[in-house]
Amino acid sequence: MYEGVVQDLIDELGRLPGVGPKSAQRIAFHLLAADADDVRRLVAALTEVKEKVRFCTVCGNVAQQEQCRICLDPRRDPSVLCVVEEPKDVVAIERTREFRGRYHVLGGAISPIEGVGPDDLRVRELMTRLADDTVQEIILATDPNLEGEATATYLARMIKPMGLRVTRLASGLPVGGDLEYADEVTLGRAFEGRRLLDV
Amino acid sequence: MSLYRDEGVVLRTQKLGEADRIVTLLTRNNGRVRAVGKGVRRTTSRFGARLEPFMHVDCQFATGRTLDIVTQAETIAPYGMSITDDYGRYTAGTAMLETAERLTAEEREPAVQQYLLLVGALRTLAGAAHDPGLVLDAYLLRGLSVAGFAPSFADCVRCDAQGPHRLFSVQAGGMVCGSCRPSGTVAPSADTVALLAALLSGDWPAADSSQPRTRREASGITAAFLQWHLERGLRSLGLVER
Ligand SMILES: [Zn+2]
Ligand SMILES: [Zn+2]
Repeated sequence: MYEGVVQDLIDELGRLPGVGPKSAQRIAFHLLAADADDVRRLVAALTEVKEKVRFCTVCGNVAQQEQCRICLDPRRDPSVLCVVEEPKDVVAIERTREFRGRYHVLGGAISPIEGVGPDDLRVRELMTRLADDTVQEIILATDPNLEGEATATYLARMIKPMGLRVTRLASGLPVGGDLEYADEVTLGRAFEGRRLLDV
Repeated sequence: MSLYRDEGVVLRTQKLGEADRIVTLLTRNNGRVRAVGKGVRRTTSRFGARLEPFMHVDCQFATGRTLDIVTQAETIAPYGMSITDDYGRYTAGTAMLETAERLTAEEREPAVQQYLLLVGALRTLAGAAHDPGLVLDAYLLRGLSVAGFAPSFADCVRCDAQGPHRLFSVQAGGMVCGSCRPSGTVAPSADTVALLAALLSGDWPAADSSQPRTRREASGITAAFLQWHLERGLRSLGLVER
C-alpha cells in the first residue's frame, strides 16, 4: 500500500477494464514521473470526453449531439437495422463499408451469471423502434461467443412474431485458414450458416 | 513449470487484458480450477470456442505463479451449442453453472461427485428431452444433497416419523410432522411434494407428467432451500425463464 493520493490513483486505475493491480501501479508511477503538460492533456481529454460525448438517443451509439452521425445521415437505409453489443462493434462494421443500414447498440450481452438480464440492456428501446413499419430487416450482430449467441436467440424469439426478417451474422471459418484447423464449434456454426451458391 | 491434464466443465469466463480470459472450470480430479486462456478472445484462436461456458473439455494446464495456464483444450462435448439455441435452456443452464461454482467453495478441493452430477445435468439439458426448469430443479436438489444437505420429502426430518407429512420446513431441510412443526413452515400440495421427490430420485416419467402449477410451487421451494444453504443469493436464479 502507498500513501493517500498515490494509492487512490492506483485504485482508480485498477478499476479500468483490463488493468490489473500490477499494471495500475505501473501506470500510476509512469504518470508521477511524466511531464506535467502531458498529464494535463490527458486530464483535459478525459474531462472533454465526459462533457461532450454522450449516447445517441435513437440507437445508443456514442454521439456528440442528441443523435449520432449515422442516425442523422439521410443516405443510410432506415429499413435495415443491425443490432450490436457495443459502440466499438459499430466501428468494426463501419470499417467493412459493407453495411448501409442503421444500428442499435444494446450496451452488452445477456449474462445471467453477472446478473445482466434483458431489462438491463436496451432491448425495450429496440422493440419501440420496431413498432412502426420503418424497419423491415434485423441483422443480429452480437458477438460470436456463448453470451452473444444466447442474446441473439432471445432477440430472435422476441422479433420473429412481428413478421420481420431476422438474420444472424454468419459465424464461421476465419478467412485464410485451413478447414482442418477449425474447432468443432466454429465448424458446426459454419454448417448452420451455410449459404446457397448462385452459379 | 509443470504440466497436468484433467477434464472439466467451463463454469465461467472473465475477460483479462487485451485478448485473454480467466476460465473457471470444475474438473474431475482437481476440483474448481481458475486458469488463463491466452489469446482466446481473438477470432483466430485455436481453442477460444472450447473454453466457453458449458463446454466439456479435456485440458492440459501449466502451473503458474498465481494462475495456471490452459495450454491445450480438446472438446469432449460441446453442450453450449444446444443450450444457447434455446433461451430457457440457457438461463437454466447458467444457474446450474453458478450453483456448481458455489457448492465447490474451495478451489482445488476435489469434488468428483459434484463434477459427475454437473456433467450429467448438462447432458440432459442439452438433450432437450425434458423441461429446462425441471432439469435445473433436479440438479439443484441433487447438488445440495451431494454437498451434505439432502432434503427429505417423505419422513419427518426432525424425528423420522413416517410420512407422508403436509408441512415443509426450509430451515429443517424437508417435510416435518405435526408434533415437530418448527416455525416458518409451508404447506405445499401433495403433487408438489411428489414432484420434488421425483426430481431428487431422478424419476423422469413422473416429473415430466407434472402440471405447470405444481412445477411453479416445486421450483419456489427448491429456490428457497438453495438460498438457505448458500451464503449469498444466486445472481442467475432470478433470470431463469420458467
Ligand atoms: Zn444513433
Ligand atoms: Zn417429527
